Amino acid sequence: MNLTQLYMFTGVMLFALGLFALFSYRHLLRQVLAVNVMSSGVFMMLIAAANRAPDASPDPVPHAMVLTGIVLAVSATALALSLVVRLQAATGSTQLSEEESE
Amino acid sequence: MAAVNWVFDSLLMVNLLWLAWRALVNPNLFKAVVLFIAFTLFLALAWVRLNAPDVALAEAAIGAGITGALLLTSLQRINVSKPNKKEKPDEV
Amino acid sequence: MRSRDMSANVIRGSLIALIAALIAPLAWAVWSLPEEGLGLRPKVVMNLPQSGASHPVTAVLLNFRGYDTLLEIAALLIVSVGAWSLGEAQETDDSQSPVSPVQRLTSQVLIPLMILTAGYFLWVGTKSPGGAFQAGALLGAAGVLLILGGWTPAPSLHWPVRISLTLGLLVFVVVGTSVMAAGGYFLEYPASWAGTLILLIETAATLSIGLILTAVYVGGQPRIWIDHLPGDKGESL
Repeated sequence: MNLTQLYMFTGVMLFALGLFALFSYRHLLRQVLAVNVMSSGVFMMLIAAANRAPDASPDPVPHAMVLTGIVLAVSATALALSLVVRLQAATGSTQLSEEESE
Repeated sequence: MAAVNWVFDSLLMVNLLWLAWRALVNPNLFKAVVLFIAFTLFLALAWVRLNAPDVALAEAAIGAGITGALLLTSLQRINVSKPNKKEKPDEV
Repeated sequence: MRSRDMSANVIRGSLIALIAALIAPLAWAVWSLPEEGLGLRPKVVMNLPQSGASHPVTAVLLNFRGYDTLLEIAALLIVSVGAWSLGEAQETDDSQSPVSPVQRLTSQVLIPLMILTAGYFLWVGTKSPGGAFQAGALLGAAGVLLILGGWTPAPSLHWPVRISLTLGLLVFVVVGTSVMAAGGYFLEYPASWAGTLILLIETAATLSIGLILTAVYVGGQPRIWIDHLPGDKGESL
């Protein structure tokens, strides 16, 4: 097991952590953070997979994919955050709840 | 030389997982966001270790800069709309 | 109360079990990946001279997978349109946290440096790490610093900003379709023009990305621009 494989496992664990937090918390801001951690896990898996050449010259195609992914993640986060702010301004709560209480 | 690599990289990975976990479960949202920004900076370091300098540049600028600013501003806008309201303990 | 705690624990336990069931095959797939693999690098390096850029990541982003980048810029534009269509920007309350002189001086020194560094990243992206996205992100961060320093846009900037937001996508599509007139497919740059076309697309994309990120940070259309729309009494959503 070399370092690159360890990084891939770290990516898998980051994905699992983010997924767990996504389902455990109702606060929308925490869910945005959880989705960001999940994307970081996926990016780490991709970039570690690109680092497997024997002479340490990386594969550029996953790097381009991750660059695209980072920009799209920030734009999705931005849209989600503006929606959360509007939801808070309109309904006064930062959770999507189906029941009538609070 | 290889030992230094191993020590540094494993410390970095442990740090990443620990920071991510603490950022996600912290009850105070402001601290959670700040921990997340720190996580992003460590992630940029990890990209450098994985021979991905372009991704490291983009991650440092976008992840730590733009996402961090967006999260902090949204936090402030949310808290301004509901002053003096204590945050409910999160339940499953 | 106790049964509520118990059911919460049961839910949390089953959540952990489900996630473990998802992660175990993923970890096994990662484990069984061969330790050495060349990937697509040989193919990229082989076609690098005709791509117009000597840095492989830039060549992949702007030439070999150029369509993905086109759609990404379009997605960025859609996000800025979506964020701005939710209403107008919240007024900042300057009495709560006035701009300190340290922040003002730092911004005055940093923002020109950031613009210069963004231009450097854009230029050097063809032969070493850099490129349109890094430069655009730096410009976006400079814009965020500007807004944090209390800058409000003038009414005369309304239409230039609107046009510049779309400029990246527009240039990309125009370049992509005009090379079809030279006899190729959509986005198939002729090899002698490839470097120039890539730089052109990257310049427009940098400007657009920086403006989109700043616009998304502002969070809505500035009120001073809504009030100046012709035929509109300044009513907001």
